[in-house]
Amino acid sequence: MRVYHFSEMPYPQVWEGRPSLRVNIPNKEYDPVLGADMYERFLDEWVLCDELGLNIMVNEHHATATCVNPACSLPLAILARETKKARLLALGVPIANRPNPVRVAEEMAMIDVISRGRLDMGLVRGSPYEIAPTNARPVGQMDRFWEAHDLVLKALTTRDGPFSWESQNYHYRKVNIWPRPYQDPHPPVWVTATSPSSAPRIADHRHVIATLISGVIAKDLFKAYRDHARAAGWQPTLDRFAYCAVVGVGDTEEEGLRRADQIADYIRTSPIVAKEFASPPGYKKIPAEIATIRAGPNAGNRPLKTPDGRLVDQKTASVTEFIDACSVFAGTPDQVYDQIARFYDLTGGFGHLLMMGQGGNLSHEETVANLTLFSKEVLPRLHELHERPLAMSAD
Amino acid sequence: MGIEDDMQRLEIGNVGIDLWREGKGRPVLYLHPGDGFAEDDPFLALLKRHYDVLAPWHPGFGHSDFPKGWDTVDDLAYFYFDFLDQLDLSDVTLIGASFGGWIAAEMAVRGNSRLGRMVLIDPLGIRLGGPTTRDIADFHNTDAKLLETMKWANPEGRQRDLTKLDDHTLTAIVRTREAFAHYGWRPYMHNPVLTRWLNRIAVPTLVLWGEQDGIVTPDYGRAYAERIPGARFKTIANAGHYPQIEQPEATTEQVCAFIDG
Repeated sequence: MRVYHFSEMPYPQVWEGRPSLRVNIPNKEYDPVLGADMYERFLDEWVLCDELGLNIMVNEHHATATCVNPACSLPLAILARETKKARLLALGVPIANRPNPVRVAEEMAMIDVISRGRLDMGLVRGSPYEIAPTNARPVGQMDRFWEAHDLVLKALTTRDGPFSWESQNYHYRKVNIWPRPYQDPHPPVWVTATSPSSAPRIADHRHVIATLISGVIAKDLFKAYRDHARAAGWQPTLDRFAYCAVVGVGDTEEEGLRRADQIADYIRTSPIVAKEFASPPGYKKIPAEIATIRAGPNAGNRPLKTPDGRLVDQKTASVTEFIDACSVFAGTPDQVYDQIARFYDLTGGFGHLLMMGQGGNLSHEETVANLTLFSKEVLPRLHELHERPLAMSAD
Repeated sequence: MGIEDDMQRLEIGNVGIDLWREGKGRPVLYLHPGDGFAEDDPFLALLKRHYDVLAPWHPGFGHSDFPKGWDTVDDLAYFYFDFLDQLDLSDVTLIGASFGGWIAAEMAVRGNSRLGRMVLIDPLGIRLGGPTTRDIADFHNTDAKLLETMKWANPEGRQRDLTKLDDHTLTAIVRTREAFAHYGWRPYMHNPVLTRWLNRIAVPTLVLWGEQDGIVTPDYGRAYAERIPGARFKTIANAGHYPQIEQPEATTEQVCAFIDG
């Protein structure tokens, strides 16, 4: 199993007591001097991953104190040169919000070349509150996502360009990217999903399907992907599946839980956004939007669910409740391994664990300890997962 | 009145729409705002006493078809020319409110012999200020409570409880929200080309404005009217962005005086 370390590069100094951490939080709250130190430490932690046998995952958000990375390609461009072995995962680039998908292809190709073929290219729809900072149209966003996907892949794989691409959304007359990617025909493509109905299209492309923090939903997602693939006559390998969870490991259970608890502020703060940005028109399908209206104006965000059907409130849950919901793996190395193994069996197996090893206020020293202990005590055992029959099959 | 119960289905070209048509007299085509018709539209109830009132759900709104690829108000303007042709209406009074006023203005700059005159009620559709001036309030990125105070002179009792409505009604509401956002998202609720060419409007025009409109202010309204040759500008007291809903009698009075006067 490949493990990637993920941090949102958060700015938790201003999280306390705010009604909205996104879109309308003014940047006078951000201190660039402190910010410079923070970028340095987050990049150092990823460089450490290269020594520890871990891989690297970055994401991007806009106008927010939860994630001060407005472009996946920027930290990856630095890390492409500063690391030698780690895979570099962007998860991902919100291509339907980018007016210029060809620019995305150019940036991804250059990172792939500098890193000598270590890029994993995640293409994502993006969260609903990403609409306001980019002013992308929310209605028809999924159609635009898949069109941008087709265009990015055509740009990455065309060897005898230029080609033209003129549509309602995009207008190019000469697409011909230099450099072309190092990996041939293109870097692996990852797509995130939150609903099983999204899985078939991802499976049709044989892309990696990834899901973040979603707990038991991953089981339905992976099953929908596997079922669709089998019906189409192919058997997806484990490396088509990725799951992201908060991971906190300690020498004692208490230490592991404490680390995970701090990182889990990522999950708790994620939905804190002014209501007017939380669900732009057309983001949800009509039946889902109707359900939201029926739930009334004070309806909360969708809770996480444990395998035995209990609901866990994302904003207030304790670390043990998050463990129950499979959004967090935490404790001693043995406990963490056991939790991963149980979830692995529950979902029918997955080849990539996206480990959120830093989040919230977890300090640099604690993050280094977390990543180091994980890589020494948990990582070497993960191959055992593939070498034994599944205890409980998702199928 | 329950206008939803009296809708008829109509095919214009291959686009199916819902149309409310009541009353007798000179033809009036009413183009609704971005959030659709009022629940028991009091303005239409008054208008139908005087005129043959045609009030269609715009393509994509309510339960009207959303033709693939349509994404600008230009599409709606041309569609309504087809509508007038197919129903063979002439000397039509075009009344457009808010987003519907934008559609009406787009039709009028193009010119059409079927149009007799036009009433714009707090229309959207143009931008006059610099890049950081908000000519048109942001319907979508504004706190819901604040938005209500911008829409209404008296917001009290204007919030409809949606939680108990049936699927059919809620589907119409959700589709209307989507269509409004789709047509008006970028550029936001205006067309730079329209802004340049309002002087092409050749039909007699009355511009009505709610005195307390916080979505598009009366100053914006005056500047809008000044760009339309010969247009009259009148304000309506104790009304916000929807004078036809808050002050249906006063609005109807102005409209009748304009059409029949």
